[in-house]
Amino acid sequence: MASQSDLTRARVRSAWLFLTPMLFVLALVAGWPLLRTIWFGFTDAKLSAPGLYKFVGLSNYLTYVDGRWLGLLANKIWWLSVWNTVWFSIVSVILETVLGTIVALVLNANFKGRAIVRAAVLIPWAIPTIVSAKMWLWMLNDQFGILNHILMNLHIISSPIAWTANSSTAMWAVIMVDVWKTTPFMALLILAALQMMPSDCYEAAKVDGIHPVKVFFRVTLPLIRPALMVAVVFRALDALRIFDLIYVLTSGSRDTISMSGFARLQLIDFAKTGLGSAASTSLFLVIAIITILAMTIGKVRVSEDAAK
Amino acid sequence: MTRILKPIGFWLLVAVIVVYAVFPFYYAVLTSMRSGQALFDPSLLPNSFDFSNYVGVFQQQPFALNILNSIIVAVTVVVISLFLGVTAAYALGRVHFAGRGLLLITILAVSMFPQVAVLSGMYEVIRLLGLYNTMPALMLSNLILTLPFTVWVLTTFMKELPRELEEAAFVDGASPWTVVRRVFLPLMWPALVTTGLLAFIAAWNEFLFALTFSPDNRTVPVAISSMTGASQQELPWGNIMAGSVIVTLPLIVLVLIFQRKIVAGLTAGAVKG
Repeated sequence: MASQSDLTRARVRSAWLFLTPMLFVLALVAGWPLLRTIWFGFTDAKLSAPGLYKFVGLSNYLTYVDGRWLGLLANKIWWLSVWNTVWFSIVSVILETVLGTIVALVLNANFKGRAIVRAAVLIPWAIPTIVSAKMWLWMLNDQFGILNHILMNLHIISSPIAWTANSSTAMWAVIMVDVWKTTPFMALLILAALQMMPSDCYEAAKVDGIHPVKVFFRVTLPLIRPALMVAVVFRALDALRIFDLIYVLTSGSRDTISMSGFARLQLIDFAKTGLGSAASTSLFLVIAIITILAMTIGKVRVSEDAAK
Repeated sequence: MTRILKPIGFWLLVAVIVVYAVFPFYYAVLTSMRSGQALFDPSLLPNSFDFSNYVGVFQQQPFALNILNSIIVAVTVVVISLFLGVTAAYALGRVHFAGRGLLLITILAVSMFPQVAVLSGMYEVIRLLGLYNTMPALMLSNLILTLPFTVWVLTTFMKELPRELEEAAFVDGASPWTVVRRVFLPLMWPALVTTGLLAFIAAWNEFLFALTFSPDNRTVPVAISSMTGASQQELPWGNIMAGSVIVTLPLIVLVLIFQRKIVAGLTAGAVKG
C-alpha cells in the first residue's frame, strides 16, 4: 500500500510539472497584462512615455476639476459606446438565436441534399471577420453596391442609401453583417442539441395529432433550452467585446463605436494609456459579472439535476 | 392544398437559407474577376473572367509577405498551444489533485476575457521584450485566444479515455512523459486535429492584436483592412476582393472537409463549458 501512495504522490508531482509551462504562459499572456491594465487605469500613463507615470487614484474614472466632472464616467462618448454595445448585443443575439433555431430545425429535417445545405450554412462561419466586413462594405457601397441596386430595381427605395455612413442605418448594417456571420455558430449548437433529443417525444405528439408549432413550443423548446442558454451566453459575451467588424465597416464612427473600440481609441490613437485602461477595466468588469452570473445560474441547474 | 404548399414552403425556406449564406462570398468572387469599368457592373451572373486583380494584389501590395506572416504566426501558435495543451490536459484530465477544479474554472474564465482588457498590459510586455512590429509579438498575444480552449477541449477528451491504458504502462515503469507521448498522443489525433484547426482559424483571423502590436509588419486581416489604391478615396475593390478570396478559399475547403469534427469541437467547448 505504501508504494501505491508513493506512486500517487509521484503522479501529483509530475502533474504539476506538466502544468507549469502552460500556467507560466497563461500568466504571461493573460494574468500579468490584465493586472497591469487594471493598474494603468489608476495612473496618468501615456503611450508616448512608458515608465513615466504616477498614481492618480480614481481620476481616470471620475474627478471634479474647476467645477466640471471629468473622467470616464463623465465622458459622453463612453456612455454612447456602452449604449451602442448593449443595443448591438441584445438585437444581434436575439436575431441570431431566432434565425439559428430556424436553420437548425431545417437542418434537422430529413431531406435530399441536407449535407450540401449544411455545408453552405457553414460558409459564413469560415470567412474571416475582416473579409466578411469588406465583402459587405462593397455590397453596401452607396454608389456601386449591389444591395442599393437590387432595392432600387424592386422600387423598395427611390434613391441610394449610404448604409454604413448614415447615422440611422450604420448600426443596422453592423447588426446585419454580424447576424450573417454568426448565425451558423448558433444553428450548429442548436442542431447538436436537437439531434440528442429522444425521438419518442415527437412520435407521441404526432400520434396525438398536435400542431407542429405547438410541439415546438411545448416539447422541443423546453428540451433544448439548456443548450440554447449556453449558446446565447457564449454569443452575448462575444458580442459585448466586438471590435473588428465595427472598425472596418464604419471606421468606428460615433453611431457605432463599441466599448472595445472606445478603449482602443483612447489607448492607441489618443495615446491615453490611463483613460484607455480604465475603459478596458470597466468592460472587463461587465463581462466578468455576466460570466459569474451565468456560471452560478448554470451550476445551480446542474445541482438541481443531481438532486433529482 | 396544404399537401402541395407545405413542401413548396419548405424548399423555398431551404433556398432562402442557401442563397443568404452563400451569396456574399459568391458576389466577392464575381467582383474579384472584374476590373476597370466592369467592376461597377451590377450583373449577378459571371460575365467576365479577368484575373488581373489576382495578379495586381501581389504586385501592388506586399500580399505574399502578408500571407507568409499569417502562416508563420498561425502555425507557431497552433504548435505551442497543442504542446502546452496536451501536457496540461494530461495533468488536469488524468491526475486527481487539490485545486484542479479551481484551475479548470480559471482557464475557462480566461477564454471569456475581452481582448482589449489585456491590451495596454500586453503592449508594455511586448515593448519590454523588444517585439513591437514583429511576428513573435503576435505569436505571444494570440496564445490568450487559443490556449484556454485547447486545454479545455483536450482535457475533456483525455478524461474519457479508459484508465487501464496508462496503468499498464506505469506498472512497466514508464515515466509520465513517456506515457503521454507513447500512450495518449496516438489516441488523441482526432482531438488534436479539431483543436489545432480551431486554433489555426482563430490565429489566422485575429485582428485587434495584429493591428495594435504589428501595424506595419502586417498579417492578412490587417493588410486587407488597410488596402488603399492610387488615391485614398478610391478603394481598390477588385484587389481587396481578390485578396479576400485567396485567403478565404483554403479556410472554406478545410472547414468543409473537417465539418463534422469542427461541429463536435465547438459543441464540446460550448456545451461542456
